[in-house]
Amino acid sequence: MYPAPLEYVRAESVDEAIRLLGERDGAKLLAGGHSLIPMMKLRLAAPTAVIDIGRIAELKGVCPTDGGLTVGALTTHAEITRSRELRERCPLLPEAAARIGDPAVRNKGTLGGNIAHADPASDLPAVLVALRADVHLQGPGGRRSVPAADFFVDLLTTALGENEIIVGVELPIHPPVTGSAYLKVEHPASGYAVCGAAAVVSVEGGRCTAVRLCYNGVTAVPADAVGVTEALVGTSLGNETIDEAVERHLSIDEPLGDTHASGEYRVALARAYGKRALKRARDRALA
Amino acid sequence: MIGSSIKRREDPALVTGKGKYTDDLALPGMAHAAIVRSPYAHATVGGVDVSAAAAAPGVAAVYTGADVEASDIGGVVPVGWLLPGIKTPAHPILATERVRYVGDAVAVVVAESAAAAADAAERVQVEYEPLPAVTDPRGAADEGAPQVHDEAPGNVAFDWELGDRAATDAAFEGAALTVKADLRNNRLIPHAVEPRACLADWDGTRGEHTLRMTTQNPHLHRLLMTIASLGLPEHKIRVIAPEVGGGFGSKIHHYPDEAITAFCSMQLGRPVKWTATRSETNLTDAHGRDHRSLAEMALDAEGRIVGVRVVTHAAMGAYLSTFAPAVPTYLYGTLLSGQYDIPAIWVRTVGTFTTTCPVDAYRGAGRPEATYVIERLIDLAAAEAGLDPAEMRRRNFIPADAFPYQTQVALAYDSGNYEPALDRALELADYAGLRREQQRRRVEGGKLLGIGLSSYIEACGIAPSAVVGSLGAQAGLWESAKVRVHPSGSVTAYVGTSSHGQGHQTTFAQIVADTLGIDIDQVDVIEGDTREVQFGMGTYGSRSLAVGGSALARSLDKVIAKGKKIAAHLLEAADEDMEFEDGSFFVRGAPSKARAWGEVALQAYLAHDYPEGLEPGLEETSFYDPANFTYPFGTHVAVVEIDPETGEVELVGYTAVDDCGNQINPMIVAGQIHGGIAQGVGQALWENAVYDENGQLLTATLLDYALPRAHKLVSYRLDHTVTPCPHNPLGVKGVGEAGTIASPAAVANAVVDALRPYGVRHLDMPLTPERIWRALRNGEGS
Repeated sequence: MYPAPLEYVRAESVDEAIRLLGERDGAKLLAGGHSLIPMMKLRLAAPTAVIDIGRIAELKGVCPTDGGLTVGALTTHAEITRSRELRERCPLLPEAAARIGDPAVRNKGTLGGNIAHADPASDLPAVLVALRADVHLQGPGGRRSVPAADFFVDLLTTALGENEIIVGVELPIHPPVTGSAYLKVEHPASGYAVCGAAAVVSVEGGRCTAVRLCYNGVTAVPADAVGVTEALVGTSLGNETIDEAVERHLSIDEPLGDTHASGEYRVALARAYGKRALKRARDRALA
Repeated sequence: MIGSSIKRREDPALVTGKGKYTDDLALPGMAHAAIVRSPYAHATVGGVDVSAAAAAPGVAAVYTGADVEASDIGGVVPVGWLLPGIKTPAHPILATERVRYVGDAVAVVVAESAAAAADAAERVQVEYEPLPAVTDPRGAADEGAPQVHDEAPGNVAFDWELGDRAATDAAFEGAALTVKADLRNNRLIPHAVEPRACLADWDGTRGEHTLRMTTQNPHLHRLLMTIASLGLPEHKIRVIAPEVGGGFGSKIHHYPDEAITAFCSMQLGRPVKWTATRSETNLTDAHGRDHRSLAEMALDAEGRIVGVRVVTHAAMGAYLSTFAPAVPTYLYGTLLSGQYDIPAIWVRTVGTFTTTCPVDAYRGAGRPEATYVIERLIDLAAAEAGLDPAEMRRRNFIPADAFPYQTQVALAYDSGNYEPALDRALELADYAGLRREQQRRRVEGGKLLGIGLSSYIEACGIAPSAVVGSLGAQAGLWESAKVRVHPSGSVTAYVGTSSHGQGHQTTFAQIVADTLGIDIDQVDVIEGDTREVQFGMGTYGSRSLAVGGSALARSLDKVIAKGKKIAAHLLEAADEDMEFEDGSFFVRGAPSKARAWGEVALQAYLAHDYPEGLEPGLEETSFYDPANFTYPFGTHVAVVEIDPETGEVELVGYTAVDDCGNQINPMIVAGQIHGGIAQGVGQALWENAVYDENGQLLTATLLDYALPRAHKLVSYRLDHTVTPCPHNPLGVKGVGEAGTIASPAAVANAVVDALRPYGVRHLDMPLTPERIWRALRNGEGS
């Protein structure tokens, strides 16, 4: 109805999906459909074909690996939110996934679809960067792995190569005393992040050993507050220390803006919510 | 039965998906239309090449404005309200030479399926030569602004005034205190859940057109099609409103789209259906509000208002929509006295053409804009005078013993009693406690607390016809109802209103059942079909109960009067000795001498034992023209919390005490208040239709246009006072718009109240976190 005419094919395996992609110019992969289909309805996207990968079992679920946990690309936001393993070992991801859309969106939308679309206001990209996750890709030439920080290349643009497909995301295990937090200012219309602050803080012997603060919604790709990180490692993460680190070292270039929130305002939100996310992550680490 | 919160009889079908809306309907041989719309805000149209579209699969026909011009239909949509000196440039249903807003229709594709029509529509090639856009209601009147219509120099559609300018100027000269604000009333998109649609079915052999469509007023649509867009005889057009999924005013107006669809059906000799996409809806449903106002209030040393002076620029958009000229004039300027005794008022409204979607009535229509002006001014004055906003209002209320009260802006308020509603609202909201908490936080820190009042007046059920005619209406504003009693005593009522969510099947049936003493299951209500129902004006302006319900009450009186004659004959009593109560006709003082409702109804049709000279049958019609508007009122209290670091604002409390007179179904009344508040809070905090400098609608989808969401609202505290309308038979007033009229000002006042320690005097809606954040930093907007 709404979209332009197109071919629909279903892939039963990752290999078949890659082959079908290779055979068609202008084809798009369809998983949960919560990024692609709205674009198609507005005819902003008009793929010649959609390759439905929604039923490929090997892409679903959460699996422990040597270094951590792997989350399959087709795992839905609702499954991530409910996953006991993730909630215990990597609670930031379920916390962020729970903030995506509404129950209908979370029941259909998938991790892989979310990051493949690379919407700068989406909730997962900065979270994956903050978690130092790796994105596993498979293409005609085999598998490769890209750090999340390198996967998001630009607005709606990723490191996915020709005929490549996201198979999953690998999350490393964090040190024992680690806390995290995702705080979000929702866009009043879309529900996407005007500013989403993801913080991960590790503490040992009263000192911060590692910290990461990343933002959704503020810049074209997840903004990684490296300066803040550097200023905080080795400190005791007192409130004033955190406030000062953010005030002095948060630097955001080329912020995004729209009719609801300008770039300047988003930077102000990033300051306020960066501090709040760091403090909440610290409190959780020490709790 | 009257006054009882029975469940809405229409809901079981609607909530189980059994309701049939226009788009649910299909007719044999039906084709589907897709309308090609201008992507430019303003452009000259060169050639329109339809050849590729016409050759596309499944396409039956493609038409342009030239085809309309070559046909014998009228081809233009008319204006239904005229003001002195108004410019009414033609509004062709398909543009031929120039397009004037993004969404202006230039061609239509008819195909075997909606998908085929949508695909082929993309193949219509239109040569556009872009022209500069103009979008600001005030900027449009500036020298050098791009000109939208050659017939309207300076983009001025009309320049209207009301009140005594000299007396007002004099009041300002002698005033102890004056306050002034430049106010923007943000442009809104109506967003009825059901998009507009039309299914046109032309019967060429009979020369009859049947249009099933999303309409709030089927008879007015038919009349406008007869006199302008189609030119068919009125009795040869049948307009049917199937289930209609909300309107908020947006389905009052006659749009090009239904005329285009009707034209396609006539050309092809087969049924044609058009249903707007949500995107089309946002681009083309007549928008609401969009005012810029320089507003001033003058007060004496005791804080009594001595004058109000307002100059408003109101965007009309690209063309004058059906009732657009009335909205920022007679539905706005006339309300600028609010609930207050104001000795001098002068208002001037300049309606300007802009290269945007037309603006017309949207829930409240003029009255929310007026309430916003007067309620912001009185808060500014209170702050300036160092008075509590509640006390400021109290000092200026029209006293309860001063009704009927003649305002300085034409209206004569028939009744009112404002202080009890204010008192109850303050009590219910715990105003004193809120002020204490606000003070505590101002000392101790934490989230900023703001409390906002809005004491509103609404004029609804616009009437009487002779008066509205003298003000420019091209329609009467009476209403009709016919009560048909069947031989077994059950009743079908035909009312000229047209429910699209208001629950008329329930409310009107309650009136009939209560009056006749019969079970509500014995009553049906028919609306929304020009063949079934005598002429009627439709549903808008909170008029259905006050005007349509009154017509129904009158018809029921006539039915009872005739029933008494029949019963008197059966009882061998005098007509004037008959009483009717609880479904029984009886002789006054001798209740055992009685005939039941059913016996009398049956005898009316048997006419075996019947009064001489009395016509058989029991069916009565009334055309009720009210003596005046009705004047609901009340006070709302909004409470907000603001994060001082980020400007994020949250509605944390909302209290509404409304007076809509007698209530027929309090649950439906509460539902209207709930929805109205949500929409008004939406305007205050989130909703904003934004055009960029090229006239592109930046908020064209629900990803950018923020509607109020349930989780952002609070549980309202509601109560009411009852001041019955003195001039209609049920003592009822309107309630459909009250929430939307009161709440924007209440929320805006609350936000400014929270920010007052930061030196903020005023902020425009929507009160977005960024706007508040900037004000917190700079005292901006002050």
